[in-house]
Amino acid sequence: MTIAQEAIREATSHPLDDLLRTERIPHIWCPGCGIGTAFSSCLIAMKESGIDLEKTVMVSGIGCSGRGAGYVKLDSYHTTHGRAIPFATGMKLANTDLNVVVFSGDGDLFAIGGNHFIHAARRNVDITVVCVNNFNYGMTGGQAAATTPHLAKTTTTPLGNPESPFNLPLLAYAAGASYVARWTTLHARDLTTAIQEALANPGFSFVEVLAPCPINYGRRNKEKPLDTLRLFQDKSIIKNNAHPTELDVDWEKGVVLGTFVNNPRPCSTDMYDKTCRLEEKPEKKTAA
Amino acid sequence: MALWRVPLDAEQIDVTLGIVHIIKERCKGCGYCIEFCPKEVLEFSKEFNQKGYHPPRVKKPDDCVNCHYCEIICPEFAIYSIEAEQEQANP
Amino acid sequence: MRPAVLTGEHYMTGDVACAEGALAAGCLFFGGYPITPATEVAERMAHRLPEIGGTYIQMEDEIAAMASIIGASCAGAKSMTSTSGPGFSLMMENLGLAVITETPCVVVNVQRAGPSTGLPTQGAQGDMMQARWGSHGDYEIIAMSPASAQEIFYLTIEAFNLAEKYRTPVLIMTDEVIGHMSERVIIPKAREIKTVERVKAKGRKDRFRPYAAGDLGVPPMANAGDGYKIHVTGLTHDEMGYPAMTVEAQYAMMDRLVGKIRNNVKDIIRYEEFMTEDADFIIISYGVSARTGWAAVEEARARGMKVGMLRLITVWPFAEDKIRELAARVKGMVTVEINLGQVHLEVERCVAGRVPVRLVGHPGGTLISPDTVIQTIKQEFGV
Ligand SMILES: Cc1ncc(C[n+]2csc(CCOP(=O)(O)OP(=O)(O)O)c2C)c(N)n1
Ligand code: SF4
Ligand code: SF4
Ligand code: SF4
Ligand SMILES: [Mg+2]
Repeated sequence: MTIAQEAIREATSHPLDDLLRTERIPHIWCPGCGIGTAFSSCLIAMKESGIDLEKTVMVSGIGCSGRGAGYVKLDSYHTTHGRAIPFATGMKLANTDLNVVVFSGDGDLFAIGGNHFIHAARRNVDITVVCVNNFNYGMTGGQAAATTPHLAKTTTTPLGNPESPFNLPLLAYAAGASYVARWTTLHARDLTTAIQEALANPGFSFVEVLAPCPINYGRRNKEKPLDTLRLFQDKSIIKNNAHPTELDVDWEKGVVLGTFVNNPRPCSTDMYDKTCRLEEKPEKKTAA
Repeated sequence: MALWRVPLDAEQIDVTLGIVHIIKERCKGCGYCIEFCPKEVLEFSKEFNQKGYHPPRVKKPDDCVNCHYCEIICPEFAIYSIEAEQEQANP
Repeated sequence: MRPAVLTGEHYMTGDVACAEGALAAGCLFFGGYPITPATEVAERMAHRLPEIGGTYIQMEDEIAAMASIIGASCAGAKSMTSTSGPGFSLMMENLGLAVITETPCVVVNVQRAGPSTGLPTQGAQGDMMQARWGSHGDYEIIAMSPASAQEIFYLTIEAFNLAEKYRTPVLIMTDEVIGHMSERVIIPKAREIKTVERVKAKGRKDRFRPYAAGDLGVPPMANAGDGYKIHVTGLTHDEMGYPAMTVEAQYAMMDRLVGKIRNNVKDIIRYEEFMTEDADFIIISYGVSARTGWAAVEEARARGMKVGMLRLITVWPFAEDKIRELAARVKGMVTVEINLGQVHLEVERCVAGRVPVRLVGHPGGTLISPDTVIQTIKQEFGV
């Protein structure tokens, strides 16, 4: 290798830098945290999908994952805990030209914000929801979440979680989401493709990303970052179109990944326009 | 070599040669790129960056197939690959 | 198809007049959730918004309703929600988000008696302190209190105008009685209605600082999709809108946030004086209770008592200077409000012991009678 090549290898910028608020990098995520990978996949998907990035918005709730909105160089909104989806709903309905992507955590979207999730899915609001499921509340120091596996240890389940976690794709499917997929951060390429498909789906799309939280979840469950990714490799089963009832997160049994729902149906604004706007009336005004 | 290295990406990718670029100061040393590169191109370097992590270094430059997997899994936007010829065309 | 401004003479309830005021102000988005006695505002908006190219959505709860109107406003639409006590409580966290992100929006609270489910169908004015301090942390808020269906029409327009001008949520603090009573409402011609639009971002997109003070301390606003690629957060932030977790950043942000209201109170505060020039005793009231106040002043004058009224139209920010000025020249004051003493505490604070101040209050469910007011003035002040 020549000296010149060696110099080039020590780069200072990255192909995604145009989508990053580089002045805010390094981000707050811990070494080995899966959020960065999920976020990166999301940015690549946005870029490759060819959507108009000037009209693309990221909305996050609160949590480590919820910091996503703070690093993307797009119009980006970091809202309140659990409320990214209703905020995004208002945004999309007020200006249907916007592509609205919600990037947030499992606690945010499914515990405090669970009600909003099911209603947005039912309405088929044309937004894409990317959920980083790290099986716990990372930001607050690793408490049990609605996604913590049975018997897993967290600061609030010191002897193991007595409860059972949500099967998120099943929930999304049952609530009416028109696109549902699950991948892990190890499957970053499939994940990127799934987010691209989700962006293309004209309705409510949900992508679950299983991700390591080495600092708060991994540490208490004897998983180093690489162990979690090896678990994702060894114990995952890729099965597109698997029935949503088969999708519990049970690492003993194996966890199914893939695209499970891809059934476009009229989205909320199409249905509103058709039902509520009588023919003679003017077109929907896009807010100035 | 672990079994999983084979199915991950290798066969979908056109075999071209790549040159890996590392933004050492962004690296937090998680080792994902090193562990999951299908061609074992990378290894931890001995040096520390300013944050105190060991960034990866290129161990086998000629083996990189430009699959971009390191680029996509890196949580820190710290590594990427570029096709070798392209690199020569626009340095 | 009906236009946004329903010019003409109508009989409508306060709730309907409120909805019509919103449409006349240019509201294009309403996120609702039903609750007595505010439901009719949402129902009217559900009918009317699609007619004029706007959007109504019934959200899954009031938390979502509040979040949705902030999102809609960030996307550029003038937006509103309406509720009553229980829903108002649920909106509080996101009301704070609207304050800190400086997102214009209007929240209508048609008050009923509380606490909790209380008297769902009967009026009160018991949420006035919640309106002032209901969300956590320090902040300033604008809250207006209409005394008739006609006034709620105009004040809703004013509320949108102030929200846009100061980039802040504005509250309409009405009550069940005003909300449900039908009165004559005259809606002027569209061109006679003054509407205000937010000052939009302009200039180089790469140099735009989304939270740098503009005129009146209010930053020009970029909507989502305008190409400015702004970041908006509920965290303490700097002029770029980026999280800044320092005491200095908190100080600078709060100084401007609170200052843009405090430094412009002359423009924001509205009140009305009724026979105060020669008054010995002043009634301080607002909203539906001001109707009690008017009747009490007239009755008292008929009996030869020199009573006048200061009617607060904007309850928050509080008309402190006016009250201090009155306190310097009268013999006593009474606060008339349907609660057990909320705005009254502010009156006492401003009067600061210069003259005696008494509350004529009630825990809700009924109006206060003018007689009670007169009796109180007589007994307490010995006239
Ligand atoms: C209303 C409210 N309740 C609680 C919190 C504290 N809180 C902040 S983040 C968080 C959990 C976030 O968990 P998750 O969404 O899974 O994100 P992660 O940090 O794991 O990425 C909680 C409970 C809050 N900010 N707001
Ligand atoms: S606490 Fe967990 S989720 Fe949060 S940044 Fe650290 S590793 Fe990631
Ligand atoms: S692009 Fe990265 S992951 Fe792929 S072969 Fe080259 S070094 Fe390995
Ligand atoms: S994946 Fe990124 S952060 Fe991790 S070791 Fe490689 S370059 Fe460093
Ligand atoms: Mg989490």
